[in-house]
Amino acid sequence: MSEVPAELRYTKTHEWVRDNGDGTLTVGITDHAQEALGDIVFVETPEAGRQVDAEETCAVVESVKAASDIYAPLGGEILEANAALTDTPDAINTSPYEEGWIFRLAPGDPDALEGLLDAAAYEQIAEDEA
Amino acid sequence: MLIHDQSRPGRRARAQAPRQAPAMTEIPEDLRRRAPPPLPAVSEMQVVRHYTRLSQQNFSIDTHFYPLGSCTMKYNPRACNSLAMLPGFLARHPLAPDSHGQGVLACLHELQEMLKAVTGMHAVSLAPAAGAQGEFAGVAMIRAYHLAQGDQGRTEILVPDAAHGTNPASAVMCGFTVREIPTGGDGDVDLAALEAMVGPQTAGIMLTNPSTVGVFERNIGPIAARVHEAGGLLYYDGANLNAILGKVRPGDMGFDVIHMNLHKTFSTPHGGGGPGAGPVGVCERLEPYLPVPLVAFDGETYEWQTERQRPDSIGWLTAFGGNMGILLRAYVYARMLGREGMVRVSEFATLNANYLLARLRAAGFEAAYPARRASHEFIITLKREARELGVSAMDFAKRLLDYGYHAPTTYFPLLVPECLLIEPTESETKEDLDGFVEAMIAIRREAEEDPEKVKGAPHDQPVRRLDEVRAARQLDLAWKPSTGSEKGDG
Repeated sequence: MSEVPAELRYTKTHEWVRDNGDGTLTVGITDHAQEALGDIVFVETPEAGRQVDAEETCAVVESVKAASDIYAPLGGEILEANAALTDTPDAINTSPYEEGWIFRLAPGDPDALEGLLDAAAYEQIAEDEA
Repeated sequence: MLIHDQSRPGRRARAQAPRQAPAMTEIPEDLRRRAPPPLPAVSEMQVVRHYTRLSQQNFSIDTHFYPLGSCTMKYNPRACNSLAMLPGFLARHPLAPDSHGQGVLACLHELQEMLKAVTGMHAVSLAPAAGAQGEFAGVAMIRAYHLAQGDQGRTEILVPDAAHGTNPASAVMCGFTVREIPTGGDGDVDLAALEAMVGPQTAGIMLTNPSTVGVFERNIGPIAARVHEAGGLLYYDGANLNAILGKVRPGDMGFDVIHMNLHKTFSTPHGGGGPGAGPVGVCERLEPYLPVPLVAFDGETYEWQTERQRPDSIGWLTAFGGNMGILLRAYVYARMLGREGMVRVSEFATLNANYLLARLRAAGFEAAYPARRASHEFIITLKREARELGVSAMDFAKRLLDYGYHAPTTYFPLLVPECLLIEPTESETKEDLDGFVEAMIAIRREAEEDPEKVKGAPHDQPVRRLDEVRAARQLDLAWKPSTGSEKGDG
């Protein structure tokens, strides 16, 4: 089964969210998502400074099978994108929760993080899809 | 090996015609080439062998069963080719006056009329040179219509997630924002989700019916009513028209604008990228916006109509009148079928699909929508085989090549895991369909007994399994002259 770290928050659309403890969040796609997509060949990352709404498309991950939109889990400002993904998009396959992070976000409302799925709830969704 | 790699300086295909090319003294010095173009220098025999060998390596509808879902790879009747290549058609200059082309214009006008009749639309333009261009034209007309009403607030196009990938792309190309509607577990559009999204900002909805999951959208009536009530328009993607040809008309379902893929439904050659033809049909209120040129007929003579007669047109999409050779092939096909034949196309296409689905299910393969009857295509999911045997849909697809069958469409639509989208078309015999089922059963047996054989397929093809990941990450699309010191490896 795919890995679902307990300390992270999740979305129904298979993004994971890490609370960095300094008012910023890091976002990527889950192990389950990278497995379903297969070998990632290209990642389009958002520009720093962009304002996004919750559930707004802000990145695209392209695999040999499909191109998938990545949604902002919460509204806020994009602080930084993972520039290393340009050359090594496969980091999302090999290390979805560490090297494969996609962008960092300063949420408009940090408390909204509590509204996202916890690991148990996400695991249920991933299982239902498998 | 590319033909360029066989090139030797000075070698030419002129053994039987040793005459020198005339000196180009009439052409000014500064307009002449300084070096010859980098064409391969090969003998005539080498050219013949090279391209014959390539054609033998090709998997095509002329040599193999080709059940590529969503693509309608059916037989391309030879009569269509022969007649479209009559010298009067081939040699006509596109700038020749209408009076010198009444025959070809009559054919095109009749094709417009036949497409109108079989789709239930008010008017048809043959101009778009591909399905995607037809979609672009269709959405551009939706935009032009709303703007002409002074309705600038309609910024969204609704697209079900079972849509063709080109649908959202076409909407975005025309400046719209795409809202995705989920598909319910039975394959129909989720009406509650539609209700939540439709409103005064809705420019239209793009639907394929039957949808890309291979089932007929049963809610088309309520969907059309709801979208129209909100002031939006309905776009019909004709990708799957083969399933309903002559049986149900998009115009009667409430669609305002449609495109047809003549290279699918009307059996013109395709695969390998072209050329296509994607005529568009519209309801009465969209007629002024049709792309030009159109052929008009006043009862005596045929003439091209351009923006001069149709000032509100969205404009030209190609030089001249679209892909003429393809339009003529489709015209001959439609003439050969007639009204009765069109119905037989959809009847046999759906019969073949349902027979194939029934046999595969009886053999233990899992249908993605078991409660639904197939249209002209259907989906099986190999997620159980992937989980229990470690053999994926892609492995099955590759192994099918060794058995002499082109693979069905794999991993599309995206919402069904490990799927094969299978479309046999009306062209195939029962024996061919049975042979495909036997191959699928044989491959599953191999997957149980010797999975490496399936995972390593294909074994008997001109190339083994390609490294798709490397190909996508290191794009290498253009031929470069060899430096002589290295062997090409691609």
